[in-house]
Formats: sequence, structure tokens, C-alpha cells
Amino acid sequence: MKQKYLPLTATILIFLLSYALCVAQYPNMLSTRVIGNLLTDNAFLGIAAVGMTFVILSGGIDLSVGAVIAFTGVFLAVVLEQTSIHPLAAFALVLAITTLFGALMGAIIHHLEMPAFIVTLAGMFLARGMAFVLSIDSIPIKHPFYATLKSLYFKLPGGGRITLIGGLMLLVFAVGILVAHRTRFGTNVYALGGGTATAKLMGVPVAGTTIRIYALSGLLAGLSGIVFSLYTSAGYSLAAVGVELDAITAVVIGGTLLTGGSGFVAGTLVGIFIQGLIQTYITFDGTLSSWWTKILIGLLLFAFILLQKGIIRLSRPERQHA
Amino acid sequence: MTSTVRTYLGRLLPQLIALAIIITAISIIFPGFLNLQIQNGRLYGSLIDILNRGAPVVLLAIGMTVVIATKGIDLSVGAVMAICGAVSASLITSGHSLVETLLVTLAVGILCGVWNGILVAVLDIQPIIATLVLMVAGRGIAQLITEGAILTFIDPGLIFIGSGSFLGLPMPVVIWLIFGILVALVVRQTALGMLVEAVGVNREASTLSGVFTPVLLIAAYVLSGLCAAIAGIIAAADIKGADANNAGLWLELDAILAVVVGGTSLLGGRFSIAASVLGAVIIQAINTGILLSGFPPEFNLIIKAAIIVFILVLQSPRFRTAFTYVSMPRAAGKPTEREAK
Repeated sequence: MKQKYLPLTATILIFLLSYALCVAQYPNMLSTRVIGNLLTDNAFLGIAAVGMTFVILSGGIDLSVGAVIAFTGVFLAVVLEQTSIHPLAAFALVLAITTLFGALMGAIIHHLEMPAFIVTLAGMFLARGMAFVLSIDSIPIKHPFYATLKSLYFKLPGGGRITLIGGLMLLVFAVGILVAHRTRFGTNVYALGGGTATAKLMGVPVAGTTIRIYALSGLLAGLSGIVFSLYTSAGYSLAAVGVELDAITAVVIGGTLLTGGSGFVAGTLVGIFIQGLIQTYITFDGTLSSWWTKILIGLLLFAFILLQKGIIRLSRPERQHA
Repeated sequence: MTSTVRTYLGRLLPQLIALAIIITAISIIFPGFLNLQIQNGRLYGSLIDILNRGAPVVLLAIGMTVVIATKGIDLSVGAVMAICGAVSASLITSGHSLVETLLVTLAVGILCGVWNGILVAVLDIQPIIATLVLMVAGRGIAQLITEGAILTFIDPGLIFIGSGSFLGLPMPVVIWLIFGILVALVVRQTALGMLVEAVGVNREASTLSGVFTPVLLIAAYVLSGLCAAIAGIIAAADIKGADANNAGLWLELDAILAVVVGGTSLLGGRFSIAASVLGAVIIQAINTGILLSGFPPEFNLIIKAAIIVFILVLQSPRFRTAFTYVSMPRAAGKPTEREAK
């Protein structure tokens, strides 16, 4: 088996194994209902994590995701409350804003040659600050169109439902996989993650690709914000704190190398499932406190980083011979 | 001696000017801003308040400066603050003496630093990711210690650390002043500071030239953990309780911002602890200024974002080459600063 599939295989095995363990203890967990809820509850995180996967594949990081989600939610709530424009138009408007915002961060990262970490940190402050300026209260969204969207679902055998937002997440993942492996942009992203200097020599348009990567992350963070506002039916500037960390964790657990250049969008989906599974298990158990989620996810993160280190170390001598 | 003072002042000049402008601006709008009073043998006033409120970020910034100088970063300090606050509260409420409590808490902070340091130095993991592990898991651990509740305590000794005063200054200010001076002395009166800078500039080259890099790296993260432990004790003592959810939340970002405002490059290398402390005080002065001016505190974040972008532009290689004539004299000034020491 090729070495690059090793982390992904490990992730899938861990997911299947832990799901089997959960089912052995609580047979009820093996139902389409649980799976449907897993999709719905993690939809916003999953969509944001797809953007994060591209950013990390290129060797960068985007800390602004959570703040952009909160901004999108508040923006939608305020716009729908104070004007009479249709939610779809508001969606388009907010997606344009967040995409531009991402592109701007990408441009700063490339043209000022600054670490993505600190630029997106500024972006995080800015987006959260703008959300606060729009409103510091939690604003409910009562537009009838929201109710229509929320009532859409696809019924699975066994009573489970794939809601609109759960389906949307799967769709975003499908498109993400296609873009990563079947387009020139996707190849450029991988090349950039392998090393900026090498990519440049290979003829990858570094500036354009960097800007597009962060624009994509901004777009998906905006989409994730829309999903989050559908999920909670409200806009609140303190919402979605720390989602960027959950997204990064999902990407790493999904087997993407943090140094960039290697990984799969599909792995991130499994990473999301593992995080969701831990939460579902804790809900089923009822006696464990929710903070165990954080500790377990921290441990998983650590285990996967070690695994990655081991793989890199193993693959080094081979490269020397070649 | 005078040349040493002059080079130090030269290094701190931008930060000092920025702080002076901010304080002048606030005091023009609020004439009472600069007033200091002595009540019950303690100084009171907005200026003292800035130093006092800024204590946790100042402490974190001291450790963060050294970590960033090694080309690293420590995202876990906020979570370590929460853990240490929880440890100190649970020890003091379960009947341990103040000395025991403080020693164990500091040891826990050091342990967290050792963990981060080993991940970075021995396992060779990127610092952002290595410290992310503890950042994610740390709050969970803190919750586990406090069992999900906010642990309150009434021990007068521990509370004194948060709200007492010594020589007319609030205890937190005394602690960070002494600790900052100590660290600066240890780092600058020995070769340690220079070795840290060497590791930050080029880790491989320093290892090859005989610097024992792993120990130095672990020491940097241990210092950061220790700083976080002290900050955690102060934060817990201040509210007379340990809040695992909110203690030190997002303070790691403020600490990084303080270091950046202090002019230490995120790419490692030359650092100044005094400048980072000034950076933290500047951030706190802006916070206080915004609160006083009646602007909603929400504008804080936007102003912080603007500051980061401004400093990034100043630090960016492209901007520097475009204004070579500005940076040339500074570059020429570097060796003399070294010689002065």
C-alpha cells in the first residue's frame, strides 16, 4: 500500500473500530437516526473544515473561520430583521463579503510575506469585531423562508433524516474532493504545500493560488455561517468560538500533514465523524461530562501527530536512495 | 554605561512613543486620567489600574517573547492558566497550606511547559500544532479538576496575591515587575539570550556550532508554562475562584499581540522582554481608553486587528526593501547594540 494512504486508512479504521465499540455498548447507536443527526449537528463544522483542508494542504492556516461564521450569522440576522430583502439575496451578499475577506487575507499573506498565522489572527479579530459592531445581542431569525429551508429533508429507511444542511455538507465534501484531485487549482494547492520555492519553479502561479485558497476558505466559512444560522435560527456575535480549532483538529485527525502537501479532503470528513461520534457517545452515556470530549480529541490529535511524524521519518531514507 | 542606556532606549523608543501618545490622548479627553491618590497606603488611579489589569497578559508576554525568539509559539498558555487556577483553587479548598498550593501550582505549570517543550524539541513537531494539543485538551483537564463548577475559596493569603498591595503597588504589578526583571537579568546577563536568538535564527546551524538546542527549547517552553502558572494564580486570586471555562480565554492571542507590538519578529531571532512588557501595557491602555471613552468595548477587537496589520506592514520584507534607506541605519546599528552588552 502506498505510504500516502496510511494516515487516511488509520483514520477510517479508528472510526470503524470506535463505532463498533459504541454499537457493542449501545446497540441503538447503529441507526440511520443517529447518523442523520451526526450529519446535521456537524454540518457547519464540516463545511468550514473543507476550506481548512485546502488551506492546510497549501501549508498555511486560517484562524479566522470561527469569527467569520459568527459574523455571517449576525449579518444575516440584522439584514433580515431590518430590511425586506429575500434571504437568498442576503446569502449571496454575505458570501461575496466573506470571499472578498478571505481573498484580502490571502493577498496580505502573499504580498507582505507574513506568516498566515498572524494575518488570519488579525482577520479573526476584525471579523469578530465587525460582528460585535453589528449587534452584541443574540438576534432571532423569524423569516418564513428559514422555516421552509429547515423543513426540507430526505427521509432515510429507519426513521433517519438527512436535512438540507446535512446534505449540503456532503455536497460540499464531494465538490471539495473533485476540486482537490481533478482540477488544476487542486494540483497547484498540493504543489504549494510541497514548498513555495519549488512550486514557483514548476510554474505554479503562487500569488493567484494563495489568494484563491484563502478566498475559498472565506467562501466556505461564509457558507458554514449560513448553515449555522439555519441550524440555530439566530445570529450571535459570540457564537462559534473556537470552531477554527475544531476544524484544524478534524483536518489533522483526517490524516492531512500539517506541513502541507499531503492529505485528503475525504479524510477530513472522517475526522468530523470521529469528533461527532465522541460527542454522541457522551450523550448516550449520560454520566460522562462533556469536557471529556475535549480531552479525548486532544489525545487523538496527539496520536495522529505522532503517527505523521513516524511516517515522515520512515519515508525519509527512501527519498535519499531515490 | 550611558551607551547601554541609549541603545536600550533606542530599542524601546517606538513603544514608548506609542504609549505616550495613547496616554496623552486619553488624558486630553479625560483630565482626571492621570490622577494618582494614596488610600490606605496604596496607590489608586487609572494608570495603576492599567498596570494591574494588564498583569496576566504582561506575564504571558514575558514567556511568549522567549518562545517566539526561538521561532516557536505557545498557544497553550490560556489553557495552562485555566489548569493552574483550577489546581490552586482545589488545593487551597482541600486544606493545603498556601506555600504548598503555590509550589504545586507552579510545578504543574512547569510540567505543562516540559510537555510542550518535548513535543517541539524532541519529537520535532511544529510549535503551533504541538501547543495546540494542550490548548484543546487543557480546558477539559481544568474542568476535570474543578469538576465543572467554579471553585471559590476564601483563603486570605491566596486572595492577597490578587488584590493585596505591597509598597503602595497592587500585588500583581509587584509580581510581574520582579519576575520580568529577574527573567531579563537571567537572559541578558548570561549568554542564554544570545543562544535563544541563535536557535531562533537558525536551529540547525546553532546545533552544529555546539548549542545544546533541545534543552534550550524545552527551557523556553518551561518559562512560558511558569509564566502561565503565575498568571493563572493571579487571575484566580483576583476573582477568588477558578473558572475553568473563562480563565485566560484568548489571552494567548493577546500575549502574542503584545510580543508583536513589542517589535519581536514572529520569525524568531532578536527579542526584547522590556519591549514586550511595554507592548502588553499598550494593549491594556487601549482597552482602558476605549472603556473610558464610552465606545462599546466591541471596538477593541477592530483596533487590535488594525494594529496587527499596521505592524505587519512595517515588518514585511517587501516594505523594508522598498524603504531601504530607512532600515539601513537600523541594520547598521545592530552590531553596536551587541557590542554594548
